[in-house]
Amino acid sequence: MNIILMFVSAALINNYVLTQFLGMCPFFGVTKKVDAAAGMGISVLFVTTLSSVLTLVFYVYVLRPLGLEYLQTPAFILIIASIVQFVELYMKKSLGSLYSTLGIYLPMITVNCVILGVALINTRYVSDEHPFLEALANSVGAGAGFLLALVLLAAIREKYENHPDVPWIFQGFPLALFSAGLMSIAFMGFQGLI
Amino acid sequence: MKKYALLIKRGLLDENPVFVQLIALCPLLAVTTSAVNAVMMGLSTAAVMLCACVAISLLRRLIPADVRIAAYVIIVSGFVTVLQLLLQAYAPPELFEALGIYIPLIVVNCILFARIESFASKNDAVASFFDALGMGLGFTLGLVVIGVIREFFGSGSVFGVEIIKDTSSHLLIMVMAPGAFFTLGVIIMLRKYFMLRKGVPHR
Repeated sequence: MNIILMFVSAALINNYVLTQFLGMCPFFGVTKKVDAAAGMGISVLFVTTLSSVLTLVFYVYVLRPLGLEYLQTPAFILIIASIVQFVELYMKKSLGSLYSTLGIYLPMITVNCVILGVALINTRYVSDEHPFLEALANSVGAGAGFLLALVLLAAIREKYENHPDVPWIFQGFPLALFSAGLMSIAFMGFQGLI
Repeated sequence: MKKYALLIKRGLLDENPVFVQLIALCPLLAVTTSAVNAVMMGLSTAAVMLCACVAISLLRRLIPADVRIAAYVIIVSGFVTVLQLLLQAYAPPELFEALGIYIPLIVVNCILFARIESFASKNDAVASFFDALGMGLGFTLGLVVIGVIREFFGSGSVFGVEIIKDTSSHLLIMVMAPGAFFTLGVIIMLRKYFMLRKGVPHR
């Protein structure tokens, strides 16, 4: 039960994009088209799930026993960078069609704040009863929330981009920001869920 | 000397990372709930940027082009770890708590990589120092402007000094997440408007 709550909390109530401002660059950068937003979102969901578990394993079994917790940032970013590299190589070799749709987003993911942010936040759970299960729920939730926010914003932006009724001064970035703000208010409504 | 002054001016005004380039939005929107947080975050980022740009500029002939991104990430994360330990030791605890996860996230700050890739890896250490100084101060300026606006409307104070005593007139939404988006949106609209007035062709 607790695990389901954590998933819902990460995806909706404390959405990493709309309430914690992680992953702002792709949130505004690749949301001009719904397809691109979905591709980016799915790539992030996939890599976050994989990397957050591996970084936590490394943290619990290597960094903590050696007393090197302060090296977590360089260690995590290295793990994430190598995972992204491996995923890219694997997809290129055996999943050709998937690679041609997601391929361009993969290099951008290494420096995505969501993935490093989730990995850092997951270290809070190490003293809990089931740290890996909780970390998994949190990361899948974070990835799903990221995907949802990106697709929603892209759908909104597709509607009004280049629409003649939009005043010139609102066009482009300002309207994207205002849409994001209104989405953020809407997501605050999910606080009533628990 | 004039060249260096121009580099600083470029970072502060002409190519300000916040208002003109619109990058590094994560820390910009997240920690600007008060002006003090904004100053602290801006100066931390600027400090890491100065050290990393000078170090990479000195090492630019030694780093192979194929693995340069990995090398940059390692160098930057080293400096970020040093900064995190220093802040943990000397900064006021509540300030360190407020910046929280955004300090280690300086590692993936877009503005840092933009400066390293487009300037520090191609220029000498002195020029990189002044470029990083200008961009770092420009980023701090952007953070402080947004921090002051949000703190004034949201909690009725500026840099912790209370101005509006009546709590019922505080717009709480300004210090919450949506307020960050709205503040930046209005600032960009104002910039567009003044550019039009000056006759600069808009993008």
